[in-house]
Formats: sequence, structure tokens, C-alpha cells
Amino acid sequence: MKPPAFAYHAPDTLGAALAALAEAGDGGKVLAGGQSLVPLLNMRLAAPAELVDINRITALDTLEVTAGGVRVGALARHSRVERSDAAAGVQPLLRRALENVAHPVIRNRGTVVGSLAHADPAAELPAVLALLDGTVEVRSATGRRTVPAGAFFTGPLESALLPGELAVSAFFPALPPRTGTAFRELSRRHGDYALAGVAVTVGLDEDLRVATARAGYLGVAATPVVLDLTGPALAAQEGRPAGECDWAEVGGYAAARLDPEPDIHASAEYRRTLAGVLTERALRAAAAEGGRSDS
Amino acid sequence: MTTSLFGEPIERREDPRLLTGGGRFLDDLGRDALAAAFVRSPHAHARILDIDLSAAVDVEGLVAIYTWEDLPGGVGDPLPLLIPHPAMTHGRTGLPLARDVVRHVGEPIVMVVARDRYLAEDAAELIRVDYEPLPPVVGIENAAAAERLVHEDVPGNVGAHLVQEVGAAPAAIEAAPHVLEFRLDIERSASTPLEGRGVYARWDAADESLRVYSSTQTSTSVRMAVAARLGLPPGKVEVIAPDVGGGFGVKIVHPWPEEVLVPWAARLLDREIKWTEDRREHFVASAHERGQVQFVRVGFDDEGRLLGLDVRILHDHGAYTPYGIIVPIITSTQLLGPYKPGAYRVEFTSLYTNTVIVTPYRGAGRPQGVFCMERTMDRIARHLGRDRAQVRAANFIQPEEFPYDQGLTFQDGRPLIYDSGDYPEMLRKTLALIGWDSFAELREAARSRGRRIGIGLGCYVEGTGVGPYEGGHVEVDTAGRVHVSTGLTSQGQGHQTVFAQIVAAELGVPIEDVYVTTGDTRRFGYAVGTFASRAAVMSGNAVALAARKVRDKALRIAGDALEADPGDLQITDGTVHVKGDATAAIPLRTVAVLANPLRYAFDAEAQRATQFAAPADPAAPPVAPGDEPGLEGRDYYSPVRSTFAAGMHAAVVETDPDTAEIRILRYAVVHDCGRMINPRIVEGQIHGGVAQGIGGALYERMAYDPAGQLLNASFMDFLMPYATEIPRIETDHLETPSPLNPLGIKGAGEAGVIPVSAVLAAAIEDAEGIRVDAMPISPDDLFHLRLRAGTDPSLRL
Amino acid sequence: MRLGPAEHHEIEMTVNGTPRSAPAPARRLLSDFLRHDLGLTGTHVGCEHGVCGCCTVLLDGEPVRSCLMFAVTAAGHSITTVEGLAGAGGALSPVQRAFQECHGLQCGFCTPGFLCTVTALLRDNPRPTDDEVLEGVSGNLCRCTGYQNIVKSVRRAAELLAEEPT
Repeated sequence: MKPPAFAYHAPDTLGAALAALAEAGDGGKVLAGGQSLVPLLNMRLAAPAELVDINRITALDTLEVTAGGVRVGALARHSRVERSDAAAGVQPLLRRALENVAHPVIRNRGTVVGSLAHADPAAELPAVLALLDGTVEVRSATGRRTVPAGAFFTGPLESALLPGELAVSAFFPALPPRTGTAFRELSRRHGDYALAGVAVTVGLDEDLRVATARAGYLGVAATPVVLDLTGPALAAQEGRPAGECDWAEVGGYAAARLDPEPDIHASAEYRRTLAGVLTERALRAAAAEGGRSDS
Repeated sequence: MTTSLFGEPIERREDPRLLTGGGRFLDDLGRDALAAAFVRSPHAHARILDIDLSAAVDVEGLVAIYTWEDLPGGVGDPLPLLIPHPAMTHGRTGLPLARDVVRHVGEPIVMVVARDRYLAEDAAELIRVDYEPLPPVVGIENAAAAERLVHEDVPGNVGAHLVQEVGAAPAAIEAAPHVLEFRLDIERSASTPLEGRGVYARWDAADESLRVYSSTQTSTSVRMAVAARLGLPPGKVEVIAPDVGGGFGVKIVHPWPEEVLVPWAARLLDREIKWTEDRREHFVASAHERGQVQFVRVGFDDEGRLLGLDVRILHDHGAYTPYGIIVPIITSTQLLGPYKPGAYRVEFTSLYTNTVIVTPYRGAGRPQGVFCMERTMDRIARHLGRDRAQVRAANFIQPEEFPYDQGLTFQDGRPLIYDSGDYPEMLRKTLALIGWDSFAELREAARSRGRRIGIGLGCYVEGTGVGPYEGGHVEVDTAGRVHVSTGLTSQGQGHQTVFAQIVAAELGVPIEDVYVTTGDTRRFGYAVGTFASRAAVMSGNAVALAARKVRDKALRIAGDALEADPGDLQITDGTVHVKGDATAAIPLRTVAVLANPLRYAFDAEAQRATQFAAPADPAAPPVAPGDEPGLEGRDYYSPVRSTFAAGMHAAVVETDPDTAEIRILRYAVVHDCGRMINPRIVEGQIHGGVAQGIGGALYERMAYDPAGQLLNASFMDFLMPYATEIPRIETDHLETPSPLNPLGIKGAGEAGVIPVSAVLAAAIEDAEGIRVDAMPISPDDLFHLRLRAGTDPSLRL
Repeated sequence: MRLGPAEHHEIEMTVNGTPRSAPAPARRLLSDFLRHDLGLTGTHVGCEHGVCGCCTVLLDGEPVRSCLMFAVTAAGHSITTVEGLAGAGGALSPVQRAFQECHGLQCGFCTPGFLCTVTALLRDNPRPTDDEVLEGVSGNLCRCTGYQNIVKSVRRAAELLAEEPT
């Protein structure tokens, strides 16, 4: 289990990195934290001709928190974002999801943007970005573009990034007021990829009744899945306060709309049921939090 | 014997080097050695049509490529069938490199040697093998159906078939007031040490000798095998097991293909060569265990006492049988546990499949046997509406019934006679530790709050310390250091500590002066190996006997020097002295000098032993007839049969009504391994075994698809538990000494793992009210079990 | 800088406080570089896909998997391996002492990874709760100990560290 040979670039500026990626074309691959890429290389499941290591581009190691949201640079490690109280204050789902990303030692090296670019449908961050309608900032030697999450994840381990492009940052929008969030997943072992998982937001109105409910799923499809559960949540609420909503019914509604694949760890049927249970639990917690955030 | 050290939980002598990066594991050696890599079969069953090396030969740093065609006689012969048995009518072993047919994914076909492992893998990747895929046999029942064959010349895929019988079980069952019949399933798991296998060989052309390092559980037997295969005298081959990063059974198999090929190529090329198994190779090219299907028929009386037990076992042994049928033999004999079975009939059929070979993994067939018997006990109790513990107690062999002959033949070919034990007392301790009697209230209280909890119990008896023998050598040098060696190997059991404790206690020396070497044929050439919880029993007694010889000799020589009767002498803190008189004394280091009559003095101390220094009887030879120079002794321990340890485990689990998650709330162990040499090390062995048992019960399985591809050949998907998956383990001990050996000890290495699947199945069943007849069990499995039980009342308790 | 696939590059880094360098190609894993190029074999390799944690070292003080990093990426950085954990004169560190006292190791293969992980854990969080201890070592596999005495060792190490003169 040794990686195949590759040509190696270690640019220390973004410009040099983009030039190297442009030159490498189809054979180019970006190395950031390497926590997903290097295992693939060691198993020789990937064999890029040119590896562009962005670890020396300190200008990409950024974490900007504003009232509007959290912008994470391409070199910001999971652990940095996880520890940031400012980021958690503006967008609590980031920390909540990151606590579930593998193990602390992996989070010391892995990057948030790298995880998005890797586009593993079982990973936590793509589901969060998708749920929040976040964006990925993409640069190339010839230009830049902003890709909405809904268009970024195109398939299992496939993103909208083209040869020569580098995801330089991702933007996780802040929450509206009186919005609660929760993240729930179930994995076989602590730190494993989840059998299913869900990030939710529940927005309350001024009377602390549910106004919006959305869920972003991991591990249930080839890409992150976002469901708007506002309708069923309103129906299940029947005019009562959010705390008394029949969240099990909403969980069941969500489960019926998911079509997960089986693998060696879990059947499709179990995954679907589990996603429903996790949805119920997450919505209940988020609704409670939304109520508290008002006071 | 002074008992100040024997039985003490002292810190380990191994630890300082292992804690500072000073361990010497296989891949830590041979920094300049060439590296080997292998092209392995991607097919479960295929004919090799052609091997094209042309693309690989230009790889930079390539040194050699070998296929079966390149191997000379001896090297290219089928690997040995290590433990032949009359019932093994169709034993088959693989070739070091496959010739015509491959029979499991991972079977080696081509060996590549290059400057480093990266380059060796580059070349291996470029070698093209053309295959004609053949239909694979995967799964025990497919093997038994035999619509396809793994070996053309093995009808029915049956490697072995064995029946053992005590009394007339079928008739006893027919006549019994109650009869139950059911099926049980256990899936595959594997030893999975964190260090894989590895071999490093150095050929000394001038001396025509070979030194081989192998991450093995038996260096002496690897030596015999390598010498035989390479046509070398054993005296020209030395095999050393360096620090070994865990074994758990898989490293007792030998010679592995790589253990033959690496030394052979090192000699051929006259270059140092090393092969370090990587994780993926370990999954597909070493060994697995556990997979069995069991069909049980049991008859019993109103009290739950067994009247007749009839068990048919289908055992999956994989593609080849280098280790024979030890695993199903152990299952079928150790299944009986602490119980009197009434009449017993057991029959096993050992079957070929196109999967990795099956050889002992910690527990070695016992977890399956105990699963069978303990599930049977629970079934009986449920059927009669009796307490599960009481049904067990009704079947126990009683303390006054030892030695107890079960009437079967054990894995060592000797009668299955239990030497000692106290099962009723052990049960009492176990039930007290877990709070068995008050659990029903807890369960009901939890249920009223919407929580599901359950309790399970499992008992086992483990034959440990199987023969044929081990030896020990003890030598006191003229600086007073005590050098102890034994031939069997160490993989983390703390042998350097416990054997030092034994020798220090026997000899009366400070433990700091005792240095233990294991698994190095340069120091001790005759040994069997480390397996079957035998090291403490076998080598522990051997080094004790050797130390006693040294002690007797030291007292004799000191008696001459002190002009005292040896019977009046004792050794304390490394000094021989007259009992009750500290002034009449002589240090052991001086005794060591006197033990070796010298012509040449190499230091001032040695002058005492030279020919003009010592007043000696001029009429007697300096070395008396029958005596030997040096203060050293060698002895062997060879028991008439195994000694039987025992244990009982109990656990409380909680299952989530919605997600079907399974959480262990409590885990309790009571264990009896006779006299304990070092309780801290015994407890550590129990802990590790229980964790492996939990892995096997709730997390680990070998997921083969119908094509024979192992879908989870990585640590991502083969779910060995982390710290977060293992609960606190509560332990208690009982000591019934073995009457069979001088130290009164029994083995402890495998104990912890043995009943865990049985215990957790019982606890989950108790929480759910649904039968659990197959292990391991995942949340997904439990989810589906609930669905099935919803429509099939026979699955409900 | 561009390194060709077979090209060797002189890779310099500070290891256990000492500047070290050796030529290696870009694909050389940090684990292999430490073990085979620098001869520091205390860092072990158990899976080479980042799951077992045996190869954990400290990179600028933070625990990372050395099998998931290329040596060339670590160039210019500071690495601490198990060989660098003991104090002056080879005295065992409190974490190492705790593992010995509590029988926190058996075969010793996973131990260097645990020691590096725990050293950083207790530096950042000198008084971890039981859950924090479990979370802290949750990325390291051990096949021998059942983790009982490893967890005990971490708690004991925290005590020993608290007793250390600052």
C-alpha cells in the first residue's frame, strides 16, 4: 500500500497553484489535508499524474466570520473551524457537524473545503453546505465562479470542479433569527462514516410556532439530499407551539421521500427508517433550540 | 520457593523500550534490505492462463521477479499439512506461488523484489495475469450443497468428517421429556493484529547460513520448515521472532508462502530481503476464523438437566487446510463447557470454500462451541420457564467430581479430562458481581420508561497448556546476571516479566538481574510455539524446573565452598547463605565462577576458579562425571494432558427501540486460571479478549460477496472496536490450582474472548424478547430481526 | 517548485528538536521517511489508510497521521515522534510513566501512536472528563488491551502531569 509516483508541485501562492493546475489539466489533483486523497493513493485507487500541494499557500488558511455567515478558506483545517466560537455562534451547524467528522487527529489535518471538494455523499459537511444553500468559491488561471451547493455536488465523489480549478473557499450562510439547528447521525463505530445522518434547521415565528423546517441528509443518496419539511411540519403542528409538534410524523414523511442504497453495513430499508428517526430527533431538538434562541 | 514475586502485579520489564520507540518489530529491521511485494489473485477461483512480465521488467530498481516456474523442488512444493488427522481424508494445501489454479482472492502468484516497497509495487502493478474465471464456492451452505467444487478431486467439498460420541444421544433425546431442535450461525472474523505478518532474511554466503526474522508465533518450527524446504541443515538456519505486534493465532500458521520465498530468494540473490505485509494483504492473504453453522437437538428433564445432546456442525475452513481440523475439533469438544451433557453426539463436516483459509484465532473454535451450548441452556430455561442461571447450575460438574472425564478426545489427541475447578462458586461470584437476582426489577422499571434492557450469562471451560512440551534454560553468569531463555515466542503477553518473576522466585534473586529471551533459536532450539493459552503453563513450568536445577547446583557448589550441607543453605537476594547465618555466605556470581573450572583467568574474580587457586581433590576430575561446567540448567515440561481453566461472563445491554442500536451497559467477568503469576497481566489478557469478543459479537464480520470478493478488506469497513465501543469491564477471580503442573497454573490468554457472543446474544434476546440465533448482530440485523419477529411468532420468546 | 515523479528531493525537517534531512521522492509517506530514511522506527505503520492511528506523530505539536502525509509536505516543519517524548537523560515522560504503571500496553505496536495522541491531548486539556478521554483516544486502535488500562493510563498521566513542577 504505497502511493504511485506523481509529479509534485508545492506552490506558495494562489497564482502559482492555479498555473500549475492549468498546466496539469486532466491529470492534476489538489492536495490539501490529504485525509481522503492519500488513502486512495496508498491503495492505488487513484493515480494523478500531477499533485498540486496547496499546504504552503498560507493565504488560503482563513476563517472569516461575519454577521452574514462563515467563509472558510481552502487551507482551514477542520479542527480550527470546530474550535472557533465565533463560527459556531454564527452557524452552529458547522461545529455540530465537524464533531462528527472522523476523529480529532484526522480533523487536525483535514480541511473543510477539501471535504466538500471530495464530495463524499456520506460526509457531513456537504450535507450542511447543501442544507444552508451555501456556496463554493472556485478559481482557475482564467477566472472565478461561485457555485451554489445545489450545483456543486454532482455525484458520488464528483463535484462541479473542472480540471484546472481550485475551490478556494466555502461560504456557510448565517441563520435567520429564531432558528434552531441540530445534527444527528448514527455510525457503526464512533467516528465512522454514518449509516445515515441529518442536519436540520427549524425556523419559528414570533409566536414560537414552526415557520420553516429543512433537512439535509448524508449517506442516503449519491449526493447530499435536502428536503423542505415546512409543509408537513406545519401540518403536524396543527397550530400548537413547536414543542408539541408531532415530529415523528414529519420524520416518517421525510423517510418516505428518501431512497437510500444498501451496503455491507446497512440495508436500504434500515437506512430509510433510521433517517426518519434521526429526522424526528433532530427536528425536535432544533425546534426546542429555536424557542430558546428567542429568549 | 520464595513467593514474594510469584503472584505480584509488578510492572512489566518490556515496557521501557516499547514506550520509547525502542521496540524491534519486523519492519524496524533490515533498513537496507530489498523489498518484496506480491501479485495476488483478484479472483476467488480461476485458472491462470498466462503471466506477462514484460511491462514490469523496465521498472527502475527492480531486482527480480519469480513465478512458480522459477521455484526449485522443495521450494515450489505444496505447503505442509501441519496437523494431519485420520478424519482429514481430503487435506489440501496451497503452493507458495500459484501454478495453475487460484482458489481465493489474495492467493500469491508472482513475487517481485525491488530496491524498496514502492518500486516493488510499481512493478507488481504492471504484471499482467490472464485468468479464466471459474465458478466460486462461497458460503458454508453452498459448499455443503457442492454444486461446484473448490478442488476438482475433493468430492462434496468435504475435507474432513468426524463423529465423536459418548453414550447414545439420539436414543436419550427420543426418550427425554422435553426436546428442542434449532439452528445457530456464526460468521467469520479474524485475529487482525495491528502488526501484520513479515519476514526478513539474510544469507551469509561465506558461512552458508541463513538468518530469518519472522513475525511468527513459532520460530523453532519456522526454522525446521525453512531448513527442510531449502535443503539446509537446521544448524545453518536461525529464526528469530523479534518484537511481535500481536498474533492472536494467525501467526502460528507456518510456513507461510512468504516464509519460504523470502529466505529462498535472499539466498539465491545473496541479498537481504524483507517482506512486510500490508493491511490489505493481511485481510486477503493470511487467515480468518469462526464461520460455522450448527444444528442442535437436545433432550432434557423437567429441571433442565441435559439427557442427550446431538450437534451437527458445518465448518468453513476456506480454500486450504494447512492447520488441519483443530478448530472444529475444539468446537466439538469444548462445547461441553462446565456441564455434564448426558449422552453426547457431535459430528462435524469441514468444508472447502473459495475464501481465505481458516486457522485458529484467539479462542480457536471455543467461541462457536460455547455459543452453541449457552444458547442451548437459555433455550432450555425459556422452554421450562426456569431461571437461566439455575438451569446451568443443575448441569454443572461438581467440585468433588474432579478429575472429570468427558469421554472425548481433545485437540492434543488425549482424553478430555478436566483437572480441577469450582463452577458453582464461580457462578455465585458472577451472579453477585452483575446483580443477577435483582435484575428483573431493573428491566421492568426500564421498560416502564420506554427503555429496553436485558441481561445475559455465559460459561465456558477452556483446555489450556496443550503439549507436547516446552523447555527452559537458566544460566547465571559471573556478574550475577541470570539469563533465561525459552523457545516459544511472545506477542505482548509479558513473558519477559512473568518468566522473570518465576525464575527470580525459584532462584532467590532480584528480578532486576533476570533477563528473558523468547523465540530466538540461537538461544533455545526446541519448542512448539505460543498458542492455546499455553505459554505460562508450558514455558512457565519449564523455566521453573530449569531454575530449580540451577538452584540445586548452586547450593551444591556453595556447600563445598562454605563447607556446609547444601540442605542448610538458601539463596536470598542473589546470595547463597547458611540459613539463619548471614555471615556464612557466597554470592551467586562467585558460585558461577566456581562452577566453571578454568585454566585462564579473565578477571580478578575468575582467578578463584583457576587450576592453582582452588583447593581441589587431586584424584578427582575438575568436572565430575555427569556434571557440566557453568551454573546453568535446562529442563523441559511435558504434561500428560491439558489443564482446564474456566470462566463466566455476564452483561447488561440496552437496545434502542427506534434505531436498533445495541449498547453494553455493564460487562462482568469471573475467571479461574489457577494460580496467577502476575494478576495485572492476567487481567490485561482478559480485557483484551473481551474486547475482541465484543468486536466479534457486534462489529466484525468478513463480508464476502457471492463472487468471493471480500468487500470490507480495510480498517474503514472491518469494524474493529475503538475505545468508544468497549465498556468498562468488571473482573473478579477464583483460583483453583491445577494439580497437573508444579506451579499449579492454567492458561489465560484466550479466555476473555470465548463466551462474549453467547453472553451478548442472551442479553439482547432478553432485552428484545426475540430469539438471537446468529452472531454477530448489527443494528441493521436487529432491525430486520424485529421485522421478521413481527410476522413470525416462532421468533419471539 | 516541481518535482518529477522519480526525482529525489532533499527533504529537511526538525525531528525531535534536531534538524534532519534525507533525499526522498515526492511520494514518500512521512511515516516511511521517518522510519526508513531517518531510521526512527518507533513510529509504527498499521494500516496505511489513516484508521488505526499507530503512525500518529506530532506536527508542529498537533497529532497527525504520518501515513496520510507526504514527507515533502512536512518539509520545514517540526515533528515529534515517540523517540522524542522522554525527558532529559531519557527519563520517561509522565504519559509514558502512566502507561507503564497502569499496564496500558501489551504488544506495544499501537503504543507510540497513543503516546503522541495523549501527550497532545493532556497538553491542551490537562483535566479531561471521562468522555473527553474517550473522544481523545477514539481514533487509535488497540487489539491487545481492550482499552481498559489505556483509559486508566490517560487519567493517571493527568495526575502525574498535575504533580510536575511547572
